[in-house]
Amino acid sequence: MSILVNKDTRLVVQGITGREGMFHTQQMIAYGTKVVAGVTPGKGGEWAAGVPVFDTVKAAVDSTGANCTIQFVPARFAPDALYEAADAGIPLIVSITENMPVQDMMKVRNYLDRKGVRLVGPNCPGLLTPGEAKVGIIPGHVARPGHVGIVARSGTLTYEVIHALSLRGMGQSTCVGIGGDPVNGLNFIDVLEMFNGDPHTDKVVMIGEIGGTDEEKAAAYIADKMRKPVAAFIAGQTAPPGKRMGHAGAIIEGGSGLAADKIKALEAARVKVARHPEEIPDLLM
Amino acid sequence: MKLQEYQSKLLFAQRGIPIPKGKVAATAQEARDIADELGGRVVIKSQVLVGGRGKAGGIKLAKSANEAEDLAAQILGMTIKGLPVRKVLVDEAADIKKEIYLGVTNDRAARKPVMICSSEGGVEIEEVARTDPGKIIREHIDPLMGLRDYQARNIALGIGLARDYWKQFGQIAGALYQTYVDTDATLAEINPLVITGDKRLVALDGKIVLDDNALYRHADLAEMRDLDEESPQETEARKYGLSYVKLDGEIGCMVNGAGLAMGTMDIVKFFGGNPANFLDIGGGAQADKVTAALRIILSDLKVRAVLINIFGGITRCDEVARGILSALKEVNTKVPMVVRLVGTNEEEGRRLLADANMITATSLADAAQKAVKAAKG
Repeated sequence: MSILVNKDTRLVVQGITGREGMFHTQQMIAYGTKVVAGVTPGKGGEWAAGVPVFDTVKAAVDSTGANCTIQFVPARFAPDALYEAADAGIPLIVSITENMPVQDMMKVRNYLDRKGVRLVGPNCPGLLTPGEAKVGIIPGHVARPGHVGIVARSGTLTYEVIHALSLRGMGQSTCVGIGGDPVNGLNFIDVLEMFNGDPHTDKVVMIGEIGGTDEEKAAAYIADKMRKPVAAFIAGQTAPPGKRMGHAGAIIEGGSGLAADKIKALEAARVKVARHPEEIPDLLM
Repeated sequence: MKLQEYQSKLLFAQRGIPIPKGKVAATAQEARDIADELGGRVVIKSQVLVGGRGKAGGIKLAKSANEAEDLAAQILGMTIKGLPVRKVLVDEAADIKKEIYLGVTNDRAARKPVMICSSEGGVEIEEVARTDPGKIIREHIDPLMGLRDYQARNIALGIGLARDYWKQFGQIAGALYQTYVDTDATLAEINPLVITGDKRLVALDGKIVLDDNALYRHADLAEMRDLDEESPQETEARKYGLSYVKLDGEIGCMVNGAGLAMGTMDIVKFFGGNPANFLDIGGGAQADKVTAALRIILSDLKVRAVLINIFGGITRCDEVARGILSALKEVNTKVPMVVRLVGTNEEEGRRLLADANMITATSLADAAQKAVKAAKG
């Protein structure tokens, strides 16, 4: 009952022997995720968190049949990790990496598109299908299995909304963090389409923020195609123009990317827009 | 991070883009010497990182070295849109027949670089986009292939540039794209690119904005940062790897995660307060980072209350609590503080802060309302 990942996902962790990689591999295994392999160049043959480590992604795929990868790789090595995963034939990549240069990401995204590879992130908290699999860093204990799909550009704001929903007894089908970078993989429309077609998702929460025009495009998709109710929150209503608000993609440029425009577009598409994050559960009642 | 005009033009020139002869001066005497050396008419241009320098009186034409000295003295004493003028560029004056706009930037929606060109140069491109959008030509570039010659010709044809100039234009477009790639820019712009009386194309003005995330591989460019562009708090925050933006309100905010930090600012406003800043301590912040964050927030004297909102995932609430305690020892403040700790190690975090005389909150709405109330005294 989910999109993208479930109990059958066979996960490889790139950067498994690093501090973050090791900690979150343990967390993901504890949650019940099938972590079948790790990759750290130069450490093939070792074991980490009870998982065999390989030198290359290709070797990991050949030996374990992995069909999804998560990357805990510093920004300077991240493009290489992304190209390697794509060339090893992995169809779904989740990149947690922060601070990737935009020009690197433009090259990566254009390459992955040509290979037909799906990317989630970078600069994202990853994926969580409550009760089945966690491919990322979302704190699993705040989520509950259920029928609300969540798609968000921000990590901790997602946790906040999951927490608010769970407190009111509203479980989640899948939580998708698409990341806060200006150039990334899956966008709002891609994920809304998946939720639209997922029989186990009844309602959707979309968490956007200032910068770019993806929320406006999502609003047009919702007005046109979405068969399920959507509630939204847009962060950055108080953000000044021209200043980057933490996320590389969160900036109001040349009068574009304003929270007010996004809210207007969503409301015109009959999306209920929350005035603050804790209001979301009320809007789904 | 933005580069000054003289720095941008130097990077252009290194890749073969013609620029006017000129040098940068920090004193009126230096400006005079440069004008003397150049001979003839010169332009004195303030080097500050804001648009609209000309309108503000920060760009002047001088007919002699004497006049150059006087005008440089004037401009060097100016403050333009809040920024002090510390340097002027003294350029030979150009014989301008026509002005063109040429720039490369990231098109986030297309996920590709885009070269933008307009026959209406010399004004801001956003202005042309509003008033005369048909005059703007856009050519998307495949980042894996780079700019091809035919694309430069498409652009030249698009703006109606006479064939005599295509070769020069193609070289400049190629060099501009190369500058953008070499410097990891998010914007590289020539405005105006002029056609002179003797039929040459020259980059009269230049602007480069760098991708902060790529500075690790450009130590030479990182050193060019102009500290006047940011507040002292922002400089200090950058040193500790904190994301901080100063705002005008009275409620200091310390949050983990950029989206939640924005959401926290928004909810403060929703309940009638005004955020004093955006501050993201980042994922997995340790106590020393939290200490620095609180010190920076409290250095803003307008702050009447502090709201600390932590949703622990990677970040551990007990680490944050230790940071708060060590900051309180250091700064000894009377500013009231509202703390909300949720997630990883929240009980331990709350226990540590139990004796610290702080206002605690459970929900985000509760925390914001308490902070607004505390700020009103």
